[in-house]
Amino acid sequence: MSYQRVKFYQTGTFTIGNRLLDESNRTVQAGMDRTNSLNSGHRACQGCGEALGARYALDAVMRATHQQMVAVNATGCLEVFSSPYPESAWQIPWLHSLFGNAPAVASGVAAALRAKGRKDVRVIAQGGDGATVDIGFGCLSGMFERNDDVLYVCYDNEAYMNTGVQRSGSTPPRAWTNTTQAVGAHPGNPMGIGKNLPRIAMAHGIPYVATASVADLHDLEAKVTKAMKFRGARYIHIHVPCPLGWKSDPAHTIKVARLAVECGLFPLIEAEGGEVTDRTPIREKVPVEPYLELQGRFKHLFHPRDARALETIQAIADANIHRYQLLPVKA
Amino acid sequence: MERKPFAITLNPASSLANHTGNWRTMRPVYVDHLPPCNQGCPAGENIQGWLYEAEEGKYEQAWRKIMEENPFPAIHGRVCYHPCETACNRGQLDEPVSIHAVERFLGDYAIEQGWQVKAGVETGKRVLVVGAGPSGLSAAYHLARLGHAVTIIEAGPKPGGMMRFGIPQYRLPRNVLDAEIARIVAMGVSIHLNQKVENLEKTIKEGGFDAVFLAIGAHLSKRVNIPGRDAGRMIDALGFLKGMDGRAVPKIGRRVVVYGGGDTAIDAARTAKRLGAEETILIYRRDRGHMPAHDFEVEEALEEGVLTRWLHTIRQVDNTTLTVEEMTLDEQGRPQPTGRIETLEADTVILAVGQDVDTGFLEDVPGLDISSDGVIQVDASMMTGRAGVFAGGDMVPAERTVTVATGHGKKAARHIDAYLRGSEYRKPSPNTVAAYDRLNTWYYTDADKNRQPYLDLARRRASFEEVVGGLDSDTALLEARRCLSCGNCFECDTCYGVCPDNAIIKLGPGQRYEVNYDYCKGCGVCAEECPCGAIDMVKEVR
Repeated sequence: MSYQRVKFYQTGTFTIGNRLLDESNRTVQAGMDRTNSLNSGHRACQGCGEALGARYALDAVMRATHQQMVAVNATGCLEVFSSPYPESAWQIPWLHSLFGNAPAVASGVAAALRAKGRKDVRVIAQGGDGATVDIGFGCLSGMFERNDDVLYVCYDNEAYMNTGVQRSGSTPPRAWTNTTQAVGAHPGNPMGIGKNLPRIAMAHGIPYVATASVADLHDLEAKVTKAMKFRGARYIHIHVPCPLGWKSDPAHTIKVARLAVECGLFPLIEAEGGEVTDRTPIREKVPVEPYLELQGRFKHLFHPRDARALETIQAIADANIHRYQLLPVKA
Repeated sequence: MERKPFAITLNPASSLANHTGNWRTMRPVYVDHLPPCNQGCPAGENIQGWLYEAEEGKYEQAWRKIMEENPFPAIHGRVCYHPCETACNRGQLDEPVSIHAVERFLGDYAIEQGWQVKAGVETGKRVLVVGAGPSGLSAAYHLARLGHAVTIIEAGPKPGGMMRFGIPQYRLPRNVLDAEIARIVAMGVSIHLNQKVENLEKTIKEGGFDAVFLAIGAHLSKRVNIPGRDAGRMIDALGFLKGMDGRAVPKIGRRVVVYGGGDTAIDAARTAKRLGAEETILIYRRDRGHMPAHDFEVEEALEEGVLTRWLHTIRQVDNTTLTVEEMTLDEQGRPQPTGRIETLEADTVILAVGQDVDTGFLEDVPGLDISSDGVIQVDASMMTGRAGVFAGGDMVPAERTVTVATGHGKKAARHIDAYLRGSEYRKPSPNTVAAYDRLNTWYYTDADKNRQPYLDLARRRASFEEVVGGLDSDTALLEARRCLSCGNCFECDTCYGVCPDNAIIKLGPGQRYEVNYDYCKGCGVCAEECPCGAIDMVKEVR
């Protein structure tokens, strides 16, 4: 963890705010003056994790840059539900061009700002997992390689949700999507394929890479704020549950995200210059099953019970826990 | 016409035009549920409410909130058996909040600061209270706050009742008791000591009282029939404990036997130990698990060296020789004789087998329903069969504790007030209980209970110094902050933060939040994530 959790009786650093906490220890989201970068009236589904993640990340960027920022958005849910013509839910400078080229457009914006001598204005690029790990991957890799001064934020909901839940390179093993039906001997998304983009980003040796979750706002804001202290290419990968595509209860959006972190399937880490520098320890370790059970896309693993698949998924979680040493150090 | 770019026909607009609230089928509503501590308090304190104030270090506000319900926080922080802590949801997480310790701190702090409570605007009504125990004093306090003139008639030499004559000093120092009673006297309540009401109807008539609250307690020690040759060596526990506050300390021998298993038996045994008894043996017919005494008190007595003979009964007392019989428990947990007899040596036998009510002075009052053990029947408003005469505390059917008695005093005061105003007191119907499963405990940090200091054992055995110490201002604050605020918003901003639609409006410190139903899609994330369960999702009706 890149910051110290306040050891605070009652609710500590885990709630969004708390009247008993010093203002400086509350989150950006607790403030009555937060930007609300993504405004009310957007057309995201009930309980949308991506809408929440975007507001969390961008409000933190707005605070870190003293409102001097511009965001470039790839095509995807976030772009579609926030900007049906002629409405816009964005309360920040915001650009959209294509599905695959957001990193390239952001590189161009950064170059233009440099040409104009506007060092104070920072550039954010953002997209879903489809735009990031699949369609825009070439442009993103180029942006990393050139070390352009852009923070790229990926909102990972683990499939192409906007177009009707098709598999992406980020879809987890055994998950149902419309293109990986729960049929046959090995139902759902095949095991052993897909991409881990945070690790690919780290392989580029860029200044800063982090993963975050909508379930841990303090952690997320600390990482976004830290990312804005660097110049050059930075990447933050945020886990955002999608009630529609995951077939989960909209009320469970944060609960599901929290269980993903607590079971080890979504590790919260930080890396600088290609090396892992920190991890956020799991608070209360849980098996993968409570996480999977809340999601209809994994229903076939339980009816009938597919012990082998569950063991394999548990092994993936355990490998993450081992690799990043996610269990808390006993005092 | 304004020139627009190619292929653009509409002006830019905000998404605020799109009222997504019309998607909703369920709506979140802020609610206040009843915290289990409040539900469990026999004195009806709003515990969560005063802990909320104490968490911010607002000790005077916290104390005044207690005083709305209970005039004796310093006393209750010491002697109440805190059913609130048994009910506390935090007990399922780690350990219950040490509510009594915080209450005691607030009570002591108030005494130190000299905080007072004002009597209400005078109503011109006069109320007689018979008995200056916890129930009578509590009723007097609440009646004074409601503006009635109160006269207490007390048979004993000092006010306090069982709090003074039943509870030993090492549990309740007398300066604390005196300070909390003095505060009630300062409100204009007059207490007449060493006076016994001989004839209630006559006293009412002569004093011109508009209502009466009877709270004489249960001071008659019950007798057990033990054949014995030297009755002088047998004393009753209540008389013994009462003697501790009199002029002459009661005389006991070197070897003391206490007979009984209630809190009074424990108090008597621990007091005998402090008076220098070399050996104090507690004899009880059943086993430890069946003792009516509270277990922590049994534990403290054992620590102090009190010896026990569970499952024994005294058959005969012959000078200094006691014949005891071993008992066994039947399936219903009742003691049954086994015929195995042994003998014990004891110089003094203290009997602590319960108390009855002395209702002699009520014989002429019409309409009273008095059972054979002296207990008086009251209706839901604490009124006896005689209009205008109310009763509470140990003399009515209920658990006999200081807290229950104090609660009776408050309840009776509210009904007496209504009676005097010619109306009826209706207690607001309680909210549904905030059960543990309403909470989202992930948000609460681990926080160990703050322990109260204990007097060291050597001094406990030899003196009447207070055994359990208090928390200081800092530890009391930390302890108050362990409260989970079950069912009541504590302004943690979680709902405000987690709404994907920015549909929660933060109203500012102390003002809580409001839902913006124009945009709330009814996803339920706020209700699901609320740590304390203060949001309900209810079906949308259109």
